[in-house]
Amino acid sequence: MSISVILLIVIPFFTGALFVLFPKQVKLQRLLSVMSFSLILAVGVRLLHTIHTQGIQTLELGGWAPPFGIVLVGDMFSTLLVVTSSLLALGCTIYSFTSIEPERERYYYYAFLQFLVTGVNGSFLTGDMFNLFVFFEVMLLASYVLLSLGGLKKQLRAGIMYVLINIVSSMLFIVAIAYLYAVTGTLNMAHLSVRVAEAGQPGILTAIALLFLVIFAVKSALLFFFWLPESYSAPPTAISALFAGLLTKVGVYAIFRMFTLIFYHDPAITHTVIAWMAVATMVLGAVGSIAYGNIQKILSYNIIIAIGFIVIGLAVFQEEAIAGAIYYLMHDMVVKTLLFLLGGAMVGLVGTYQLKEMSGMIRNHPYLGWMFFIASLALVGVPPLSGFFGKLLVLQGSLDSQAYILFTVGLLSSLAVLYSTMKIFMNGFWGENQLSKKDEKTSTRGLLFPCTLLIGVSLFLGVGVELVQVYVTQAASELMNPAIYIEAVLDRSY
Amino acid sequence: METVMAFVIGIFFSIGTYLILTKSLLRIILGTSIIGHGALLLLLTMGGLKQGEAPLLGMGAAAYADPLPQALILTAIVINFGTTAFFLVLAYRAYQEFKSDDMKKLRGTEHE
Repeated sequence: MSISVILLIVIPFFTGALFVLFPKQVKLQRLLSVMSFSLILAVGVRLLHTIHTQGIQTLELGGWAPPFGIVLVGDMFSTLLVVTSSLLALGCTIYSFTSIEPERERYYYYAFLQFLVTGVNGSFLTGDMFNLFVFFEVMLLASYVLLSLGGLKKQLRAGIMYVLINIVSSMLFIVAIAYLYAVTGTLNMAHLSVRVAEAGQPGILTAIALLFLVIFAVKSALLFFFWLPESYSAPPTAISALFAGLLTKVGVYAIFRMFTLIFYHDPAITHTVIAWMAVATMVLGAVGSIAYGNIQKILSYNIIIAIGFIVIGLAVFQEEAIAGAIYYLMHDMVVKTLLFLLGGAMVGLVGTYQLKEMSGMIRNHPYLGWMFFIASLALVGVPPLSGFFGKLLVLQGSLDSQAYILFTVGLLSSLAVLYSTMKIFMNGFWGENQLSKKDEKTSTRGLLFPCTLLIGVSLFLGVGVELVQVYVTQAASELMNPAIYIEAVLDRSY
Repeated sequence: METVMAFVIGIFFSIGTYLILTKSLLRIILGTSIIGHGALLLLLTMGGLKQGEAPLLGMGAAAYADPLPQALILTAIVINFGTTAFFLVLAYRAYQEFKSDDMKKLRGTEHE
């Protein structure tokens, strides 16, 4: 029993609802946004500590005992992601103070940021399948609006595609829930896990599991990523950075939850499919990231590579690899957002996305340049930085379970990441300086502070591995032993 | 009865898929709507179509229809309605900007 589980959802929701009342008071909204996200961060960190000492925290809404009522579950995995996502939201909010135009800000921009975070936190914390669907929709509707807010031509075009893809996958989500309800007769995740275990996951449930895999793969750009590069290059930087950090990761979270808690009885089929999808995702993402000369396209394809890499951890299905995947997931959320923000600052200065048309920016912007360099190395996984430890664990896990193809592709994908981000760095920052201070389209004033905040988090994740590791290990052991989750939710042992 | 419904829902899904794959934006939106109807009917059918009174306690019946799928459908209808309304307005805005609802003309990168 813990009230802080619901606070993580209620705080952003009511803040967003409050903003609807005074859309023109932008200064007040900025202040309240920062306060709201900081409050979520504080509550989340406190909840982490509670879960660490007292085990999984649940909250039965309305006092109805599960499986009859909706239950919110704060376990280590979801709370770690909530804390990370509130950090990102805080960074992107501060970044948008100077980078988002006043017209956008006056049209409920901050309210929709709050609703987006409501949906994301709700998806992480819910313990009910249909409630997961509803929170996905809360998140997606806010993202539709943030994607098309401003109404530029490219936003409208990307918006149509993005909305269409997500409506279709949401309909499939309803279909999958209908099948699952018909077979098991329950929608509570813990109870589902019990029922599926009792039935021993016959063929029909494996088929439903694969349907869920397809749905969440569309949402998380695992193999079905065709919609992602264009949608993520349409909105302004602060928004696309938030999307890059949060949206696909919620899909990844759902895949992890489904295939560790509910459908873990037939790994020969499900986890093999997941493994091949991860391999294909990494290969195609690597091809895309090498092929383009457009900053946002390169960074978008890097999201896709990282999704493939995180999912290796699940495909290997072994405690060490899962811990590595969780660690890498947290690191990737932070660093991907950071890279999008820095890339957006570069694009703002030059006024173009094309790498060919920029060079020598290190002369006037050394701080920006070296931050980009550190963030790229962290993304690749160079030892003292944050990407290293997660990659190490995932690769070690895949070696231990003799998944040599996963190991090789995972390792080689790092090279593609290194090549593509260094291409941005060397083209953009080295060479002849073409741009004097006067020619720059915008300044980086106010943009570098949130980036420094996020790079601080990334360095902390890298240097302070041992502080974080305790929590990550606990999260992995909770994921690998569904009995802990079921016992916490249903209050009886199986 | 469930078998008949399964065929009807299958037809809904095939029509919806066909419409989504066409060129005109309005047909695509109609397609998503029809697929939505199919998904909601599926939810109703999968909950079981057994005989029983409407789920109102005042009926005093021995057996009631399963109330859970009905609540889920009601939620999904409202969400579906919200997204469809947004999608329609987005399509209208796109029509104003591009002067066309042909999806082929919305392709490419010439507007950036």
